Amino acid sequence: MVERQKFGNLIPHVILCIGVLIVAFPIYIAFVASTQDTATIANGQMSLWPGPHFLDTYYRTIFVGSSGTTREPVAMMMFNSLVMALMIAVGKIAISIISAFAIVYFRFPFRMSIFWLIFITLMLPVEVRIYPTYKIVAQLHLLDSYAGLSLPLIASATATLLFRQFFMTVPDELLEASRIDGAGPFRFFKDTLLPLSRTNMAALFVILFILGWNQYLWPLLITTRDDMQTIQTGIRKMIASHDALTEWPVVMATAILAMLPPVFIVVAMQKLFVRGLVETEK
Amino acid sequence: MTTRGSMQKQTVFQSRLLPYLLVAPQLAVVLIFFYWPAVQAVIQSFLVQDAFGLSTTFVWFDNYRDLLAEPGYFNAIVRTFVFSFLIALSSLSAALLLAVMADKPLRAGPFYRTMLIWPYAIAPPVVGVLWVFMLNPSLGILAHGLRAMGFDWNPLLDGTQAAGLIILAAAWKQISYNFLFFLAGLQAIPSSVIEAAAIDGARPARRFWTIIFPLLSPTIFFLIVVNIVYAFFDTFGIIDTMTRGGPAKATETLVYKVYQDGLLGGNLGGSAAQSVILMVIVIGLTAIQFRFVERKVNY
Repeated sequence: MVERQKFGNLIPHVILCIGVLIVAFPIYIAFVASTQDTATIANGQMSLWPGPHFLDTYYRTIFVGSSGTTREPVAMMMFNSLVMALMIAVGKIAISIISAFAIVYFRFPFRMSIFWLIFITLMLPVEVRIYPTYKIVAQLHLLDSYAGLSLPLIASATATLLFRQFFMTVPDELLEASRIDGAGPFRFFKDTLLPLSRTNMAALFVILFILGWNQYLWPLLITTRDDMQTIQTGIRKMIASHDALTEWPVVMATAILAMLPPVFIVVAMQKLFVRGLVETEK
Repeated sequence: MTTRGSMQKQTVFQSRLLPYLLVAPQLAVVLIFFYWPAVQAVIQSFLVQDAFGLSTTFVWFDNYRDLLAEPGYFNAIVRTFVFSFLIALSSLSAALLLAVMADKPLRAGPFYRTMLIWPYAIAPPVVGVLWVFMLNPSLGILAHGLRAMGFDWNPLLDGTQAAGLIILAAAWKQISYNFLFFLAGLQAIPSSVIEAAAIDGARPARRFWTIIFPLLSPTIFFLIVVNIVYAFFDTFGIIDTMTRGGPAKATETLVYKVYQDGLLGGNLGGSAAQSVILMVIVIGLTAIQFRFVERKVNY
């Protein structure tokens, strides 16, 4: 501190506590609601303290499903979300790292055109091409499939750019050394580049997994079967148009379960997460 | 270490086929799922199909003209910009205040930081569900509070209140992201600069506005662009779970309108024109962002 404050650090503490309260309050309310019974909440008599229904609500949510419009158990939705998120994260990293490898370590006609083709997809998020993309996915018979959920989102300009930048900083001596050892492109990639890229890949994975898990518009459009719902599209279908028909404890338990994996990743891998976030935004 | 055209290594592998095989997967995805649909949208936006879908006519910019003449579309444009402005303003100011406080050397600093960043990971539809529950007019805990204070709270009927609800939820979610980047920006300011100002007798508030704030301006500018993009595109999930564009389209943004009009089917040309306008907006925003990034490099 540059100068002594009159009240010590009281003001920052107060403001930060208010900030934390504002950020945490909705989640606390969701948790509390998920432990009370449906009737109490529907009457507007919800208590601010956790109720006794934690185990049965979560059991019902995970294994049975709500009695509203969707009857699929949330475990199924979480499995679909997990598959989609993993396919998106791993797929983006895999196809981006090999494209970057080709662009940096080879010389070939149309190299720069291909780079720009990948780069410009940055300006074509799924929201601006939803229905034409839907049509193509339908023509390829990929509706209601994991491939349909992930493939149209799997190109990554940011990841390609990131790996390209990183490869540019890898000293040329490493390539020369591995050549002297008689290594071809495959061995150089596997034994030198991949191990060096490990931290970058991990940071990218954290961000892309969250991105994939949180997808909403695309799964909403291309999944119609109940057993292909992701947790994000499933939760919307649990809210009935009439308040009295919505099982709010189950909805809130689903909300908690939907945020659990990405929040866990952010908190447990904070360093990687921050690094990934800052690097992908450059 | 020299690099040619800043894009490639001096020493490279020799192979005719291999580089194409390596870029093939990404290129296939990009061409099939990005460029092909985008091109189709552009072509479609210049065509009109008859009622039976039997013949199509090339109509130049008629679809765009009709679209912009439609009051509903014009309102959606204005609404989207107003939403973006309010979401960015409220979320950025809250996050800046918190970041300035968290930048002080507090023993509980890491705790506050963790508690403030994790909502980043919550998906927009879940954010919508959390807030719609608390502010549900008949059973929401905050709605009861508002009612008790004599406020006539009913976002199901009142469009302005519904819009407020969306802006509140969307800004709330974005605080974490903005906080993180502000904190990083603040930590990059050398303490010697601030100490020098203090020695010159500048009080904390004055130091903030004359030194810290200007030095933060690249971060602020970057975040404004990111927040606008967020408000344009990522609020879809919040709107869809909270209000579905209602009441009476009071919360229908451009992206939500593309989605809704497309669900109804019908006017393919108009729907394509909407997509193309969104593309132009994204291209504009990305261009602004890249100009800024270049300036940051020169700093």
